[in-house]
Amino acid sequence: MIESPTLLLVCQLAGEVIVGLFRLPIPGPVLGMVFLFAGLLVRGGVPQPLQTTAGTLLSHFSLLFVPAGVGIMLHLGRLEDAWLAIGVALVASTLIAVAVTALAMLGLERLVGRQGDGQGDPS
Amino acid sequence: MRPVGELWVYLAANPLLHLTLTLLAYLIGYRIYRRFGMNPLLNPVVIAIVILVSLLVATGTSYERFFEGAQFVHFLLGPATVALAIPLYNQFDRVRKSAGPLLAAVVLGSLSASLSAVGIAALLGAGPEIVASIAPKSVTTPIAMGIAEQLGGLPSLTAVLVILTGVVGAMLGPPLLNLLRVRDWRARGLAIGVAAHGIGTARAMQVNEVAGAFSGLAMGLNALATAILLPLIWSWLF
Repeated sequence: MIESPTLLLVCQLAGEVIVGLFRLPIPGPVLGMVFLFAGLLVRGGVPQPLQTTAGTLLSHFSLLFVPAGVGIMLHLGRLEDAWLAIGVALVASTLIAVAVTALAMLGLERLVGRQGDGQGDPS
Repeated sequence: MRPVGELWVYLAANPLLHLTLTLLAYLIGYRIYRRFGMNPLLNPVVIAIVILVSLLVATGTSYERFFEGAQFVHFLLGPATVALAIPLYNQFDRVRKSAGPLLAAVVLGSLSASLSAVGIAALLGAGPEIVASIAPKSVTTPIAMGIAEQLGGLPSLTAVLVILTGVVGAMLGPPLLNLLRVRDWRARGLAIGVAAHGIGTARAMQVNEVAGAFSGLAMGLNALATAILLPLIWSWLF
């Protein structure tokens, strides 16, 4: 029961320590994810309790962004001053990034002659 | 009975109140989102933020006071990011098969996200501080703040722009991908992860496990690519 959350925290802590020591340009938790991933590869499978804990945490991943998002109240004034430039830049660049990434991946795969296997019927 | 005013003073100083409000606001947002068939435009994060900001402004509560309670939710971002290794592991065969195109697509997506944002903001007359703050906006919050600082932006403004970007990507990304007829869950997840980091990944995870895994991977790779490439490009440009 307690093993899985502890394992997640240990990986995160290890990530934070390495990032801090070597001043790496990535967040500690992302390196922690790499450590856990490497561990799973070595072990060759995901233990059921870890699967359950991760499922619980990730099924409401978006909840975890709410506290930081409420911080928008501190910047309402600055956003108001440049709202047009910021708004257009955010929306347009995000759409461009979505289109470029998706089309680049599919186009490059076709170029190297591989067929996708992620077909489905997205809603 | 205790006077209501006195009780309010006690509760307002207690982390329990704002922690509970955070969960309730999200639950309301999530119910609305579910009720309308998980329509990306009704993003539960947006609904929760609107409810909470309105409540805090109406009651004259400071963000710092709110965060004393909400920090317990905020803290879970770290372990949850680590937990993204599990869907990634479950989908690793798919990832490995297309590693080359995947990496190239992430780098192209990363560059197009930051350079188009910088170009458009500068063209529309945003000041240098705002332009530098907007540059890393597709990257997950902690690393985006670090990059913004390096480029001469305002890290706390960047944090807000990152959240707004995530919300925009989670709301408008799926309809755009439908419009472009991208049906491949891997490409859909990858695109949302590059453009809209964790908030996009959260949405992808709710819709499809393959998309969620590719989105989480794209978020991590994009953080790395932007942290390395953007400061380099910046030193050539300015």
